[in-house]
This record gives sequence, C-alpha cells and structure tokens, in this order.
Amino acid sequence: MSEKEIKNLEEIFEARIARDEKIEPKDWMPEKYRKTHIRQISQHAHSEIVGMLPEGNWITRAPSLRRKAALLAKVQDEAGHGLYLYSACETLGISREEMYEQLHTGKAKYSSIFNYPTLTWADMGAIGWLVDGAAIINQVPLCNTSYGPYARAMIRVCKEESFHQRQGFESLLTLCKGTPDQKNMAQDALNRWWWPSLMMFGPTDDESTHTEQSMKWKLKRKTNDELRQQFVDQTVPQAEILGITIPDPDLKWNEERGHYDFGKINWDEFWQVVKGHGPCNKQRIKDRVSAWEKGAWVRDAAIAYAEKQEKRNQEERKAS
Amino acid sequence: MKKNWPLWEVFVRSKNGLEHRHFGSLRAADAEMALENARDVYTRRMEGISIWVVESKDITASNPENNGELFEPAQDKVYRHPTFYELPDELKHM
Repeated sequence: MSEKEIKNLEEIFEARIARDEKIEPKDWMPEKYRKTHIRQISQHAHSEIVGMLPEGNWITRAPSLRRKAALLAKVQDEAGHGLYLYSACETLGISREEMYEQLHTGKAKYSSIFNYPTLTWADMGAIGWLVDGAAIINQVPLCNTSYGPYARAMIRVCKEESFHQRQGFESLLTLCKGTPDQKNMAQDALNRWWWPSLMMFGPTDDESTHTEQSMKWKLKRKTNDELRQQFVDQTVPQAEILGITIPDPDLKWNEERGHYDFGKINWDEFWQVVKGHGPCNKQRIKDRVSAWEKGAWVRDAAIAYAEKQEKRNQEERKAS
Repeated sequence: MKKNWPLWEVFVRSKNGLEHRHFGSLRAADAEMALENARDVYTRRMEGISIWVVESKDITASNPENNGELFEPAQDKVYRHPTFYELPDELKHM
C-alpha cells in the first residue's frame, strides 16, 4: 500500500471510532492501534493473573468458611478475567505463549499495586475495598472502548468486580467493629494500601504520555488525575463509615472545588516499583514462573492424551 | 517439540428458548477439556444451561474486505421490507 492509501484508511478508521463504531479483529487497523491495544490488554491480563498471588497467600488462613469461600471465588474470578483478556488480546495476532513469555521475562508490565506484600488478614479487606475500588473506576469506561473484543471482556469483568469490592468492605467493617486489636489491624492495612492505591491511576496528567491518543481510541475517557480525584471523593466517606483514618494530613474537603484536596503522592516510590524495585516484584515473577514451569508436564500430558484419543477415534471410524 | 493447546470458541445458551450465543474463547487440549474449562470460565454465576465448544480453526469467517460485495446488494432491495408497499388507510390490519 502507498503512504497515501494508508493515510486514507487511517482517516476512515478514526472516523469510524469517532462515530462510536466498534473495531473487530479482522478489520483493517493502523499498526499503532494494534500495538497499543496489545500492550494495554496484555498488561491488563497479566495484572489479573499476578493479582491472584497476594491473595492466594491468605486462602488457607481465612478466619471463617464464609470468608474463605468469598476469597476463593474472588481469586477464581481473577483467573477468569485474565483468561477473557488473554483471548481478547490474541485476536490482535499475538500468541498466548508470547504474552506469557513477556510477563515471565519482565518485558511486560502489570499493575504495580501487586508488588506490595499482604502482611495481615486485614489486607484482604483493604485490597477488595481500595484496590478493586480503584480498578472499577479505571475499568468501567473501558466497557465502551473502541476495540470490540476488549469492550466485551470488560463488560464481563465489571459485572463481576462489584462483589470483590463489597466483600472487602464487609470484611474490613467486621474488623473495625471487633476488638481494638482488630480495628488496629484494619487501620494498619489502610495506612499501607492508601498511597499505592492512589498510584494505581498512573502518573499525573502533565507526566502522562499516552493520554491524547488513548482518549481518541476510547481507551481512556477521563484523565488519570480526574479518575484519582473521583476515587478519593468516593472513598473518604467510606473510611468514615469504617471509622478508620486515611493516612494523609493534607486531606480535606474543598468547598470551592467541590472535591477533597489531598497530599502529594510519592512519585519516586511509584517509579521505583514500576522499574522493578518494589518490595515483591521479584517474588511475584518467581512464583508465576514457578507455577508455569511446574504445570508444564500437565499441559504436555493433556496434549498427549488428546492426540491418543483422536488416533483411537480415527481407527474406530475406519474399522466400522 | 513443544505443542500448545488449541483455541476454542464457546457458545452458551443462557436459558431454554434462547439460542446459543458466542461468549468468548479459551485454550484447551481437547473438546472435553474445552467444555469443562468453559463451564469454569464462562458460567460461574448461572449464566448458562448449555454449552457448545468449537475449535476456532474449524470456523470459516467472511472477510470484512469483502463486505461490499457480500452485504451491500441488500441495501437497494427495499421491496423486501413490508413498509415498501403502499396500502390504503382504511386497511386497518395487515
């Protein structure tokens, strides 16, 4: 194709998205659209998969059967969300093995929040309440994104995510109504998860490089700072119901803006964790790679079994 | 030689009376495993009462590049729609 023809196709393509039309796998798309979507969808899938690790840590130690069933179901949902997203991403022409390879070698990123440790049971509540709460705010606009398979996967994800946040809040509320030690445990979890949760919305708008293009393609509807503000505004009253204190002395209602003002985020910490130097980056990838390698014989055996069955079926068909 | 599990398309009937609808895809070694995985991945919340799985490579799909010749001919055949026909007002039901 000549440069002029490509430019023409790109204009038609952008116009389709502007008209709210969806792009489907076999449609023509600019290389940059394909690459950006592969990057974002695969990172999203990886986040779901790595996100199981900090919680899996607590399944066997859940304090009651009710909590254990909820946590198991949540972790199973995350596996499912990873699978929806991996198959959506595969429609863009990257293989699942390639994506795993990128995750396992550290070439692909995943949400930095999962590089923090889960030290106490209260962390399960705090993750549900804050991390899933922030994820929902990030994800809801994606139900309307321009790439059809991604949008469809996100509709399923968002439907299921609401239970994640509610079970977390209920669990924390139970601790907050319990003994002073239990309440302290909830406060400690909030102290450790608050700032990393705010970082989940990404760098500030003036530092964010992809915003303009992402808005055009409906990968984003609001900027990082707008979403972060929305999260703070909705979470402060929830902390009041719990009766625990958000660890930010600068947090206060701004009548004029109609929003809460909040303190400065430690962006050095954010970039440290993104670059692989968070408390658990190495542990998470090590666990993930180990699970993958230890499962290799199962995958091979399943293929060998399927081939044997297929051969047997063929012979039976021939004989009859 | 390393072999990967093939890709399957999953169709779910959400209740009797409705058709099976495409829900998504997944990887599985064979059809039986594809069914079991589809149950776990796509019907954890009573979304379905029947599942079909089809290996993706067995689906023949039309190409959007041919959409013109495939679908445009229908655009100028308005006489296939009931509203094309002019009937008198006194005709109440038809």
